[in-house]
Amino acid sequence: MSELSVNHLLGIKYLNKKDIELIFETADHFKEVINRSIKKVPTLRDITIANIFFENSTRTKLSFELAEKRLSADVINFSASQSSVKKGETLIDTVNNILSMKVDMVVMRHPNPGAGIFLSKHVKASIVNAGDGAHEHPTQALLDSYSIREKLGDVGGKNVVIVGDILHSRVALSNIFALKLQGANVKVCGPKTLIPKYIDTLGVEVETNLNKALEWCDVANMLRVQNERMDISYFPTTREYTQQFGVNKDILDKLDKEIVIMHPGPINRGVEITSDVADSGQSIILDQVENGVAIRMAVIYLLASKIK
Amino acid sequence: MSQKVLLSAKEIHIILHRLACQLLENHLDFSNTVLIGIQPRGIFLAERLTQILNEDYGIKNIKLGSLDITFYRDDFRRGDKTLEANATKIDFIVEDKKVVLIDDVLYTGRSIRAALTAIQSFGRPLEIELLTLIDRRFSRHLPIQPNYRGRQVDAINNEKVKVMWEENDGEDAVYLVRI
Repeated sequence: MSELSVNHLLGIKYLNKKDIELIFETADHFKEVINRSIKKVPTLRDITIANIFFENSTRTKLSFELAEKRLSADVINFSASQSSVKKGETLIDTVNNILSMKVDMVVMRHPNPGAGIFLSKHVKASIVNAGDGAHEHPTQALLDSYSIREKLGDVGGKNVVIVGDILHSRVALSNIFALKLQGANVKVCGPKTLIPKYIDTLGVEVETNLNKALEWCDVANMLRVQNERMDISYFPTTREYTQQFGVNKDILDKLDKEIVIMHPGPINRGVEITSDVADSGQSIILDQVENGVAIRMAVIYLLASKIK
Repeated sequence: MSQKVLLSAKEIHIILHRLACQLLENHLDFSNTVLIGIQPRGIFLAERLTQILNEDYGIKNIKLGSLDITFYRDDFRRGDKTLEANATKIDFIVEDKKVVLIDDVLYTGRSIRAALTAIQSFGRPLEIELLTLIDRRFSRHLPIQPNYRGRQVDAINNEKVKVMWEENDGEDAVYLVRI
């Protein structure tokens, strides 16, 4: 019998390889559950979960909410735009108010890096980080690795390139941690201005030529350019970005092997990937979304079983 | 810790054949019957019975599945350890079928309660029966009784009934273990 080494999911950085394996094995069982005619299990019927989103989200919020409901947890939702945060309430006060309504677990997205870690030290609830600024997005990295494992059999030894805006991407950082932990080789590719200066300390290589990166890899994870996080110009025009770092069918057809295309969404069609690539057989973008529910069920189940 | 042999390999062999015959008596050609082994330990018994029905009584194509009840258990968070799940494999339709749930030991009845809920997720069976190798008397927490039982055993609460299978544990035997 094994269990997670952590009581919160704050980032991949705090997990070990065994944790990831346990999450994947548990997700396998939940994936079978969500493909039944009745997709719900009663496990978490005495657990209440608050989804607190201080930043916009469609996919992640829906995916978490669905995962919670499939486990029969009671769910309350909270968006910062409609709340007392606007009236000047602090994060700890907001969360403690919610917790005094007997909430056991908090799923939080926040624009500030480290918000989840801060909260886990000050409130009595299990915290799941659903994205904290440009820091980490652990469930996304888990579902990405899980999707690679499903498609290619294993993550260890695979070559994965993360293409795009690495600097502003929590998905990139969490993916790098998760992939390295499982023994994959990782490169990042994008405009030099969008690659963090000390990225090599994470054990990843930088490749500024997209074609070379694609020649090398088994999997390309295409990230969105996060215009909303850019206070200055990092590249001349979107058109120029697309010409250098956008993937289209022609580029893929010229490679001597069929690589797997991933994207965490939302896609800017025609910018980082063209529609024919996004909708092609090589793309596992929609599998990622399906796996997201199973992975989040596994994470919530494993964390909830540690609540006493 | 001391242990005493409740059933030897030979006795298990005889009991399995008797249980197979009892199933046969009620289900004849098994055309509308499915066997479901409860994970993790019920699957060995289910596989053995299927094998006997197939090889000794010529019943081919018996539908055999395995059902994991972890997510339906009523003791989630009540113990120290995380409950670890096992695979569920039911690749046939349960709707309007006669379902025989199969487990090695019937003790409090809570696992069977969970299995009864779990099987509903796959459809509405015509009827559900229960087969267990060992029935521990006077220890039920719920009003659940087996339709087919291998051996009835009186065991007190600090005793454990351990069922061993050749293919998994190296021998066929049932032990009563005093903890």
